[in-house]
Amino acid sequence: MSTLDFDDVTVRYGHHTVLDRVSLSVPDGQVVGLVGESGSGKSTLARTAVGLAPLAGGAVLLDGVPVPLKGRRRPIQMVFQDPFSSLDPRMTIGESVAEALVAPDAGRMSRASRRAEVGRLLELVHLEAGRATQLPGQLSGGQRQRVALARALAGRPRVVIADEITSALDVSVQGAVLNLLREMQRELGLAVLFISHNLAVVRYVADHVAVMEDGRIVEHGPVSGVLEQPQHHYTRQLLSAIPGTHHPVKETS
Amino acid sequence: MSRWLRALRTPVGMTGSGLLVLVLVLAVVAPILWGDQADAVDTDNLLAGPSSDHWLGTDSLGRDIFYRVLVATRLSLTLALLATVLGVVVGVVLGAAPLLLGRRSGRMVTATVNVMVAFPGLLLVLFLAVVFGVGATGAVLAVGLAGAPSFARLCQTLIAGVAELDYVSAARIAGVGRLRILTRHVLPNVAEPLIVNITIGAGGVLLSFAGLSFLGLGVQQPAYDWGRLMQEGLAGIYIHPLAALAPGIAVIIAALAFNLTGEAIAGAVGVSAATGFADPVPHVEQSAAPTPSRPHDAAGDPGLVLDVRGLTVGFPGPRGTVRPVRGVSFGIRAGEALGVVGESGSGKSLTALAIARLIEEPGQVDADRLVFCGTDLLGDPAAPASPGGEHDKLLGTSMSVVFQDPMTSFNPTMRIGNQLAEVARYHQGLDRKGAIARAVDRLDAVRVRDPERRARQYPFEFSGGMRQRAMIGMGLMGTPRLIIADEPTTALDVTVQAQVLALLKQVQREQDAALLFISHDVSVVREVCDRVVVMYAGRIVEELPVADLVDPERTDAGGAQHPYTRALLAAVPDMTTDLAEPLATIPGQPVDPAARPAGCAYAARCPLASARCRTEEPQLVADERGRSVACWHPGAPLGLLATGEVVATS
Amino acid sequence: MTTLTPSAAPPRPALSLGGRWPRFALRRTGRLVVSLWALVTASFLMIHFVPGDPVRAALGLTAPAELVASRRESLGLNDPLLTQYVHYIGNLFQGDLGESIQTEVPVWDTIAQRLPATASLAVLAFAVALLLAIPLGVAVAVATRRGRRRHTELAFAGSSVVLGSVPDFLLGVALVAVFAVNLGWFPVAGRDGAESYVLPVIALTIGPAALLARIVRIEMLAVLETDYVRTARAKRLPGRRIHLRHALPNAITATLTIGGMLLATMIASTVLVENVFAWPGLGSTIVQSIVLRDYPVVQGTVLVYGVCVLLVNTLVDVALAVLDPRSTIGES
Repeated sequence: MSTLDFDDVTVRYGHHTVLDRVSLSVPDGQVVGLVGESGSGKSTLARTAVGLAPLAGGAVLLDGVPVPLKGRRRPIQMVFQDPFSSLDPRMTIGESVAEALVAPDAGRMSRASRRAEVGRLLELVHLEAGRATQLPGQLSGGQRQRVALARALAGRPRVVIADEITSALDVSVQGAVLNLLREMQRELGLAVLFISHNLAVVRYVADHVAVMEDGRIVEHGPVSGVLEQPQHHYTRQLLSAIPGTHHPVKETS
Repeated sequence: MSRWLRALRTPVGMTGSGLLVLVLVLAVVAPILWGDQADAVDTDNLLAGPSSDHWLGTDSLGRDIFYRVLVATRLSLTLALLATVLGVVVGVVLGAAPLLLGRRSGRMVTATVNVMVAFPGLLLVLFLAVVFGVGATGAVLAVGLAGAPSFARLCQTLIAGVAELDYVSAARIAGVGRLRILTRHVLPNVAEPLIVNITIGAGGVLLSFAGLSFLGLGVQQPAYDWGRLMQEGLAGIYIHPLAALAPGIAVIIAALAFNLTGEAIAGAVGVSAATGFADPVPHVEQSAAPTPSRPHDAAGDPGLVLDVRGLTVGFPGPRGTVRPVRGVSFGIRAGEALGVVGESGSGKSLTALAIARLIEEPGQVDADRLVFCGTDLLGDPAAPASPGGEHDKLLGTSMSVVFQDPMTSFNPTMRIGNQLAEVARYHQGLDRKGAIARAVDRLDAVRVRDPERRARQYPFEFSGGMRQRAMIGMGLMGTPRLIIADEPTTALDVTVQAQVLALLKQVQREQDAALLFISHDVSVVREVCDRVVVMYAGRIVEELPVADLVDPERTDAGGAQHPYTRALLAAVPDMTTDLAEPLATIPGQPVDPAARPAGCAYAARCPLASARCRTEEPQLVADERGRSVACWHPGAPLGLLATGEVVATS
Repeated sequence: MTTLTPSAAPPRPALSLGGRWPRFALRRTGRLVVSLWALVTASFLMIHFVPGDPVRAALGLTAPAELVASRRESLGLNDPLLTQYVHYIGNLFQGDLGESIQTEVPVWDTIAQRLPATASLAVLAFAVALLLAIPLGVAVAVATRRGRRRHTELAFAGSSVVLGSVPDFLLGVALVAVFAVNLGWFPVAGRDGAESYVLPVIALTIGPAALLARIVRIEMLAVLETDYVRTARAKRLPGRRIHLRHALPNAITATLTIGGMLLATMIASTVLVENVFAWPGLGSTIVQSIVLRDYPVVQGTVLVYGVCVLLVNTLVDVALAVLDPRSTIGES
């Protein structure tokens, strides 16, 4: 399988340095959580891996080789935050998923095998295969995120990046999506980069966690270690800010 | 497709498309049927007025004007459509260029289009008319190319709006090629405003052509279009007006045909025909006849700052009144903080807005009792949500509201200090200087550093957290007895959230005010509030002290009783969640307020639902400890399967 | 084991606006200069785009060859293109726009003589359009908000669509026919005193004013649904304050952008309206010179029109910047 490596990644927009020599490793078959607040650069880091953000320095490597950013084979796929804009409103969900299909061999797939594969993927995410003819507007937010996950899996990726995939969902639905992610990851042995601002969710889903502040990683390690014995003051600040933890809240301005 | 057909059946649509069909048919058949009569010269009747032989009279060569106008339809329409097509094609190509060419070249194209778009069409037309020469071909090229820049700009804006969306990014990540992204994802999603603009644009092109020919720069003799006919008739306009008016009316009719059809389509697809983009105005159902206000209590419990009984909010819907809030009751004392927990569709935000008297028509608020600081808020006979009511001063100074999104809750064109000062100027009688001074003082109270300088700044110079603090400060301009906070920290980072929540608590304590705190986040509510009500489908399903907001399985005493509350608690991970257990999932979806089934609204999703639950709606019943639950099986044991499904275990 | 990396957090880019006006002025002026250059170059190239010999085309087929040759020489058409370009720009800085091929009258003189008539008409028409459209749009927005008074809304939109389907020169003709010829209230043609402005201004204004009022209405309605207007209502401010100080300035920004375009269109429409009213402005000049192929005159006139349009755009951007300070930051 595959290890995703961010090696000294730097991203600049105009004069503003969004990512400053960030290095992070997502080992094969593991879930790495990436936490940070707005402006920390966590989403930008994810986008460099899929070619949506331009690199000003460093490299993103998959098993030591730079990630292919052109062509039909894309081993890294992404699931986005907003369930309402992640699916083309004018395409059926079957078509949306099928667009991302990559044939196991170089040949094209027949219509029947396409439909079968789409059905299989939908059932993998606990949706009935018959829903393939529905439009996104007929699905709920949680169901749409599951379709987005199916679409990401259609490309037979080696790494999946989940960018705040539950932040826009109702809490009662979050559970279903998170359970599904855990199940998928275990069954398929995927490497997952899980981005979230919510430490409790990251704790539930990830094996390792990296904490970002202002474009840099300030702390990283196994989840239990970082969250129970934080070493960096920013990590401590994040932890104490979680409602209900009853730590004295420090004032910063 | 069906939306468009519906559009054409509206009065506007029928008129427009009817005229369009008429004009198109004329364009095709008129020269065939009447071509000879249009050319026939009647030397006995030069410049004659209307007669039985010549309905609209004749021109200077004795030709029948009526038939000439009809026959001219073909040329006028052909030229206009050709020019439109040319402009659209060039415009779409230029507009799609940034998407297809990539960043650098795309930006050059955008910059060029921006320079060209500054020049009005007619100037470009004249310029190009010089280059291409006068005549029909030149005119088509001139008018077509002149229209291209503004069309390109429109396309660019529409395409840019779609190209940034996640589904386009997902297609790029999946390796889909740029051209296919354009044709498969982008164009279909901008087709609707594009079609509206093309249709209305065709009308504009028709008018431009008329103008050009009128100036003598368009169609040349012996060919004639409406513009040319108008120019020929202009010489004798005051003696024989029909020669110029008749073709003019034909132009108006054709332009109307395009414009009305465009308007009808725009109305159907939600585009504004005037701006060319998506219609920002919300569609509102016809106001229902105001229901006569039923008798309500004018006085409440004097110990309560806010006393609410049977609050209902209704909106007219396509199939009758929809009530997203029904029968909500609670009370808050001074210094007490009440949390309202619920998800989307629970009605919690509408409850807050109803209490703050911010629900506008056609929404209607009704209650058995809505008393604030001893004043009956429902007693105002004038439309309660419009300003000028008798409660303005009370509400403006004693009730403060903190809204959810700090980025949009301040007027972007007004300095922060002035926005705070308004409260003092209009409700506390302070003059400008005094009001600003008080505003600065309040900004300092909410710990905004350097408050004098900050007060002179605009909202966009404040960060999100600072804006929420300024919002709290705005509520402190008066003496708030009640603070209503509607998801005040949902849009903030967690560290900023902690600061704002701490500030809110401090302010509440200092003012001894009541706090109504709305949130979907149970852990935040636990941190801030004393008591909690849980809302589902517009009603309160449980009310309990915050300490009891735990799963009964995990505690020895108390705990939540309603299955929805318990499922909520089990669905959200916190820092102590057992990693080996799945998270609870609630199957199904929230109830649509327009189509609520009989019985308990939660029954369809509840593992404890029985026949009684599906037919009889449970009422809120208080127990001896002051907690209430609306359920036929409160506290029945539940278990969690490995799939996350919640099941009854007895 | 957790690993640590030192975080010397880089200073946040401050949204400092002490210097925002100078930067804005610089940027805007830069854009103006670029557009001016593009305009000048385009107008220069116009003569050279014409197929064949422009002088021959202007003077006609029967003109003697020596005359054609001497005019070509005096226009500098035999020099290399780059030289001509440099001369052209150089002449522009001296205010020399060349001479008419037909009459050898300096183009600048013709323009200077006729520009005031066009300019006064355009500016007046624009002012009237704004004074009509904005109050009307605001009033209709407030009255028809949230489904109230649908009939008013329908009548308003309907009249706007109809007025937008009538060519302005036709409207001018109709106005003359009714009010000047039949009723005799206003002069039929020409520029002679205040009354002579009335009909041309009406013809120029009505279509754009109707469209502008419609846009003002839509923008007002959109703004009245925003969160910040809701905040203002939560403060229980009087209605007038909410509509005029909170809603209108925010609706105006979008209106101004379109208003600027409409003004530019109005400048161009003067060409047509001047024809109808025999107005002694640049409109008839440009049409005549196109027909007669008097290219230097066309060049000069298009240049002047273009400069006016660019100035209008710049003024609109400045007005926008004053109203909404956010627009001073931004695109490079």
